[in-house]
Amino acid sequence: MSEIISGIAASAGIAIAKAFLLENPELEIVKKTVENTDQEINRFQQAVDKAKTELAAIKDRAFAELGEDKAAIFAAHLLVLDDPELIDTVKQKIENEKANAESAMDEISSMFITMFEQMDNEYMKERAADIRDVSKRVLSHLLDVKFATPASISEEVIIIAEDLTPSDTAQLNRQFVKGFATDIGGRTSHSAIMSRSMEIPAVVGTKSITSQVENGVTVIIDGLGGKVIIDPSDDVVKEYQEKQESYARQKAEWAKLVNEATTSEDGHHAELAANIGTPADVQGVLENGGEGVGLYRTEFLYMGRDQLPTEEEQYNAYKEVLVKMGEKPVVIRTLDIGGDKELPYLDLPKEMNPFLGFRAIRLCLEEQDMFRTQLRALLRASAHGNLKIMFPMIATLDEFRSAKGILLEEKEKLKAEGTEVSDSIEIGIMVEIPSTAVMADIFAKEVDFFSIGTNDLIQYTMAADRMNEQVSYLYQPYSPAILRLVKMVIDAAHKEGKWAGMCGEMAGDPIAIPILLGLGLDEFSMSATSILPARSQIAKLSKEKIESSLDQILNMSTTAEVEAFVKENF
Amino acid sequence: MAQKTFKVTADSGIHARPATALVNQAGQFSSDINLEYNGKTVNLKSIMGVMSLGIPSGAEITVKAEGNDADEAIAGIENVIKTEGLGE
Repeated sequence: MSEIISGIAASAGIAIAKAFLLENPELEIVKKTVENTDQEINRFQQAVDKAKTELAAIKDRAFAELGEDKAAIFAAHLLVLDDPELIDTVKQKIENEKANAESAMDEISSMFITMFEQMDNEYMKERAADIRDVSKRVLSHLLDVKFATPASISEEVIIIAEDLTPSDTAQLNRQFVKGFATDIGGRTSHSAIMSRSMEIPAVVGTKSITSQVENGVTVIIDGLGGKVIIDPSDDVVKEYQEKQESYARQKAEWAKLVNEATTSEDGHHAELAANIGTPADVQGVLENGGEGVGLYRTEFLYMGRDQLPTEEEQYNAYKEVLVKMGEKPVVIRTLDIGGDKELPYLDLPKEMNPFLGFRAIRLCLEEQDMFRTQLRALLRASAHGNLKIMFPMIATLDEFRSAKGILLEEKEKLKAEGTEVSDSIEIGIMVEIPSTAVMADIFAKEVDFFSIGTNDLIQYTMAADRMNEQVSYLYQPYSPAILRLVKMVIDAAHKEGKWAGMCGEMAGDPIAIPILLGLGLDEFSMSATSILPARSQIAKLSKEKIESSLDQILNMSTTAEVEAFVKENF
Repeated sequence: MAQKTFKVTADSGIHARPATALVNQAGQFSSDINLEYNGKTVNLKSIMGVMSLGIPSGAEITVKAEGNDADEAIAGIENVIKTEGLGE
């Protein structure tokens, strides 16, 4: 009987092959007293040397297959095995306490693992996994336990594991390993990141895949839908083989577009930008042919910590994004906190209606020290690239004027201090509150650009909490009401010679794209992986043809009519 | 004994990659080499010791070497700090 298990789609694509369960045997450490400590130290050193030989081989392979960056992890692993704080301490423990090598190694390495795990820094916490990986390797030699290593695989397989360690993933041979599925992990866990850089389909975080799959059973990894199908019927296999082929064709078509401009069939240009949350996301933007960053959500700098980020930290992050993007535009949104995103250390009171409450620009105009720190960091970073600053949740022109006023004050201060600040920073707003969309013609005289935040604009226009599943049917991006508001904003911008972008989910939505192109949207900002599909879609659309249908679309009565019309005609 | 103080200017401080280069270099010398930051001292030949300091950009670090090749050690480490663009 076939079975379908859901997980998180970590790396796109479809893979069909036999399952290979990669299980790490439990290492049983028994504490013993040894008589001959010299002999024990010698045994320990031999295990360390064997581990080093293996790691050196893994490092070479990683270098050849994945490049210098990924191989650097193993250079660090090798150094751990040379680390006097670890190796000498273990030897001393054997010598002084007559401890057996396994227990001495286990105790000392556990101490280091705990130390790194307790550090107040995600990066350092991950280093604990590195030490665990290295110490397991030494222990397996001491205990003479064989690990099932991916390097030993010589037929096409799908790896099924609880999780994959860095050394596991580096040993994956792309010729044979067609995909993998794990019990734990998320989109940003190590194994997920590696699977994307190796471009093999993967589904992570299935919770239970290792207990549901047996070695040798046929498995399908659907890295597009985040599903694993165990023991599929012939019909299902056939269906997925077709999906696999069409995805391969599509990818080949998309790949040709990475360095192309985004142009419709009738020669109209649109800019396809990406939404990002951290500087690390920039690489994905460039690899997917992003023409800019349309929304850099700065919240992530403030989240997952116990105090506000300093000006210097923010400056470094903004500068990194600007430098990596070169001349391409980068729209950075000032802090949008409150609503569904809380910061415990700000100690904000609980609200009945957080989405309608004290958040984003409302909070920043009140907590000016915090706001000014961010603006100074942004202004200083402006010297390093093509920066545009955007204020979120603007409801009135007064709010925009106050925010801009504070920005200009900080700019003057910095200049007086002799700091270099760009003089060509565009200042714009998110349009996500209906009052602002309605007044867009007035705003357009004062702002440099609009970026329509559709996720919030839809929830505020329809008065439907987007976190509440019972009213989720009201989340209707193609509703004529939303389309009319979007049109008002775009037209208002163009009338004043300004540009209008969109940075909500809607901008990357294949149904919305033709309408938005027809309405004259200048910039579409979406998740990086949607860029090439969108570029390929736009290349086949005629803006002129869509324009001639716009009146008809905007006068439709329901969302369903709009959707059906787009599917049929464009 | 020889010693020298540096200011870390690399944007992300001393992370895995530069730490690897420093520790590799320190391992070339027979002297005892220590790294001081923020009141804490670690063995510069220990990758875990160096990483555990979590040295950020802007930090002041002092390298101390004691032994018969102490001067060469300091010069070697200074060279790595400069060629890796870690600090000045």
